[in-house]
Amino acid sequence: MDLEEAEEFKERCTQCEAVSWGLTDEGKYYCTSCHNVTERSKEVINSDIIPNAQIKALNRGLKRKNNSEKGWDWYVCEGFQHILYQQAEALKNLGVGPELKNDVLHNFWKRYLQKSKQAYCKNPVYTTGRKPTVLEDNLSHSDWASEPELPSDVNSPFLESGMESQSDVHTRKSLRISKALQSETSVCSGSLDGVEYSQRKEKGLVKMTVPQTLAFCYLSLLWQREAITLSDLLRFVEEDHIPYINAFQHFPEQMKLYGRDRGIFGTESWPNYDDIYKKTIEVATFLDLPRFPDITEDCYLHPNILCMKYLMEVNLPDEMHSLTCHVVKMTGMGEADFLTFDPIAKVAKTVKYDVQAVAVIVVVLKLLFLLDDNLEWSLSNLAEKHNEKNKKDKPWFNFRKWYQIMKKAFDEKKQNWEEARAKYLWKSEKPLYYSYVDKPVAYKKREMVVNLQKQFSTLVDSTPTAGKKSPSSFQFNWTEEDTERTCFHGHSLQGVLKEKGQSLLTKNSLYWLSTQKFCRCYCTHVTTYEESNYSLSYQFILNLFSFLLRIKASLLHEEVSLVEKELFKKKYSVTKKKSKSKKRRR
Amino acid sequence: MSDFSEELKGPVTDDEQVETSVLSGAGMHFPWLQTYIETVAIGGKRKKDFAQTTSACLSFIQEALLKHQWQQAAEYMHSYFQTLEDSDSYKRQAAPEIIWKLGSEILFYHPKSNVETFNTFADRMKNIGIMNYLKISLQHALYLLHHGMLEDAKRKLSEAETWRHGEKTSSREILINLIQAYKGLLQYYTWSKKKRELSKLDKDDYAYSAVAQDVFNHSWKTSVNISALIKMPGVWDPFVKSYVEMLEFYGDRDGAQEVLTNYAYDEKFPSNPNAHIYLYNFLKRQKAPRSKLISVLKILYQIVPSHKLMLEFHTLLRKSEKEEHHKLGLEVLFGVLDFAGCTKNITAWKYLAKYVKKTLMGNHLVWVQEEWKSRKNWWPSFHFSYFWAKSDWKEDTALACEKAFVAGLLLGKGCRYFRYILKQDHQILGKKIKRMKRSVKKYSIVNPRL
Repeated sequence: MDLEEAEEFKERCTQCEAVSWGLTDEGKYYCTSCHNVTERSKEVINSDIIPNAQIKALNRGLKRKNNSEKGWDWYVCEGFQHILYQQAEALKNLGVGPELKNDVLHNFWKRYLQKSKQAYCKNPVYTTGRKPTVLEDNLSHSDWASEPELPSDVNSPFLESGMESQSDVHTRKSLRISKALQSETSVCSGSLDGVEYSQRKEKGLVKMTVPQTLAFCYLSLLWQREAITLSDLLRFVEEDHIPYINAFQHFPEQMKLYGRDRGIFGTESWPNYDDIYKKTIEVATFLDLPRFPDITEDCYLHPNILCMKYLMEVNLPDEMHSLTCHVVKMTGMGEADFLTFDPIAKVAKTVKYDVQAVAVIVVVLKLLFLLDDNLEWSLSNLAEKHNEKNKKDKPWFNFRKWYQIMKKAFDEKKQNWEEARAKYLWKSEKPLYYSYVDKPVAYKKREMVVNLQKQFSTLVDSTPTAGKKSPSSFQFNWTEEDTERTCFHGHSLQGVLKEKGQSLLTKNSLYWLSTQKFCRCYCTHVTTYEESNYSLSYQFILNLFSFLLRIKASLLHEEVSLVEKELFKKKYSVTKKKSKSKKRRR
Repeated sequence: MSDFSEELKGPVTDDEQVETSVLSGAGMHFPWLQTYIETVAIGGKRKKDFAQTTSACLSFIQEALLKHQWQQAAEYMHSYFQTLEDSDSYKRQAAPEIIWKLGSEILFYHPKSNVETFNTFADRMKNIGIMNYLKISLQHALYLLHHGMLEDAKRKLSEAETWRHGEKTSSREILINLIQAYKGLLQYYTWSKKKRELSKLDKDDYAYSAVAQDVFNHSWKTSVNISALIKMPGVWDPFVKSYVEMLEFYGDRDGAQEVLTNYAYDEKFPSNPNAHIYLYNFLKRQKAPRSKLISVLKILYQIVPSHKLMLEFHTLLRKSEKEEHHKLGLEVLFGVLDFAGCTKNITAWKYLAKYVKKTLMGNHLVWVQEEWKSRKNWWPSFHFSYFWAKSDWKEDTALACEKAFVAGLLLGKGCRYFRYILKQDHQILGKKIKRMKRSVKKYSIVNPRL
């Protein structure tokens, strides 16, 4: 009976209202004045896994513990909030400013709860079955400035504890909970509203899913104009730098998941670029967000900067940058109006910054080398001869040599990537099961798998496999010192450009369009990419870049077509048949 | 364990099995085919990455096994275990078997693996899906046998034998029979060791009766264990052989004959040349009448016309009184020499030379012509080419002589093989060659003297 140890327990006794607690042998609290024994036990309170703040929430009686087997009462949205919290933490560790977590993401999330009528509104859902009637909702129009709770609201330290800041949600909820508490819903899911949640289908409602959490992250990154593109974000997810797959396993011990929660929180796929992109727009529209901060020339997401980054990444000469800038200027893709995301515009669309920048590079490569499996090689011959003769000068860029080096590096990278994927361990330490009946089976299976893995890991060579890669926005690394892998950054484009008066022209005066006809119907696809119809060099370049961004080659092809459409607007409008033409001035 | 790659294809559709087995004859591997079939099976719906990566993992394991990279295979295997927790219940159920097959293969060859590792793995896998308990137990026992651990193997088999779980299905029954039969085979092994001991002992030796008693006990147990299995259709050569040996040893000839006859003649059993050979050898030992022996070998002749017993068959036929047997004797000889593996068999050629001559002498020209008709297109280049004449003469003059005689009889004296041998003018064989020349002139079917 240790009275000292029981000191942190400050709740009043339900029988005599005294605050004087002792510990029983089983670790449960008992009232020293009336000897009433509580259900609450010492382990939970002192457990290291659960941060202190959560215990406070527990003490407030918000999370009622039915019994130790069942865990806490919790809501699906709390689960997502927890995942978002972890993701925000991970982003912070990647070097993103703390405002992202505390202000932006927090407010987006609050707004989401409000819009989806889960909290911060007068008549939240959850009253079983009954659809919410007309709600008093002063957020229906984007009236950002007058919003009291959005970004300027610094007073609420967002998500400091993952669960704690939810208290205000809970206070409102707890009234309802008490009514629907012991309802049968909890039988089929660990969360209180798992069943209801998965059945909820309302027009216009954007339901949270695990991929949706990334949409939230990306929106906040975009709002903050951080130097992380969507493809970077997804790659970090794939490399396990950002919690996503099995993010639920870091939930507090007492948040039990099973049954319907399995479908809500279990993921067996990595996020897909197109999917998250669409979800981002969907969420932004649903949240009714105002125009995002302008993407100006000094932002990382501006095509000029991204182009520079990708040119470096794929080992192309720096001189190409001025050409990409020119294309960006001619197409108007560098304008803030074009680049800035505005969810309340007539057609909400955001730019796929990374894909677009890469597409610009592809277009420039086509302008310079035509990429018809012919001209690029004859230009390479010229460059090779020139370089042999003038060994001291700045070497001309040799496409063939670049191709050989890139092909090797790319194949290696891709092979490693495929192998790493094949070895990926999907299953969490906490198995998800359908019902309590399945629980022992699921745990036994897990144990067996772990044992087998242990056994086989003794057969594997003890040399450590480099461990987890540290996150980097660059996947390739080219340095002047490396003699094996030539670095082309400093090579010149003289061999492919010629002077004419004041301006420089590309030696190559031909061009072919990736797409000659755009689909006229209302379907979303711009064009189809049938690999075999295109030159091998073009295929290689598309494959290389699409691998870097972890997207499908067809998506990049589509973007290239769109850039070309802007660049050769006239050609498209005047004659759609002619595919070859175009002279560029610089 | 050797045919594991074939069995691995277990849980796929029938069509695919046909296709792959046709295509992968030479151990080739078509990953694209697999992916193509998979996309068809799920109706174009995007597969979950879990499914994609695990199936990629499987291909990596297969590739590593193919290249004998046990280390890599073990590395991928480490990840492949998660298919036991696949949310797709069909795949989850198929997983233990695949994992067992891959894992046991890896552990069989991996340099760091040992019997203990294998035992642990097998015991774990046995208890994952009860469906595989018996199969794994049996393979486990075979593995132990392979490592010379007879006693452990026997223990594993006994364990499996007494294992009861759920309903008794027909497939499980076969497995239980097989397990028992293997146990019987192990007992046979001890028995035959004891028998050898016994044969070394003097009958008056004080130990004799004890050992004899031992031998008897074993045989009784074994017969119970094996007899159930060999009643089921299948190929059970080693079991049948040892079972018969024991029956014979204890004088139960009728029993042995019944077993062998059943094994050879029961139509439910797959066609098995060994069954007839066992029966023949048994009957020969029992000094059975010639007609009986002929009837057994007749069947063997239909299954394996090139078998070495065919020469014995020929002798039996030749000695028979029936004319049709004589004709068949000729057929059999020609049949044996149709096979490339028998072309250098001097006895066969000797028999043929003698027998063709005898047949021709006996005025059965039609028989020879009948046999020759289907062979005259290809035998000359197959057996009697100039090249063969030269090389046969160099390697084995006796063989060359016999062949030359047959060539002469069948193709006439103008035949190149015959002419080449004649020209050689061998001292010792001189007389024989002369005699041969005369016979050819007289009997050759090419220019029959009418």
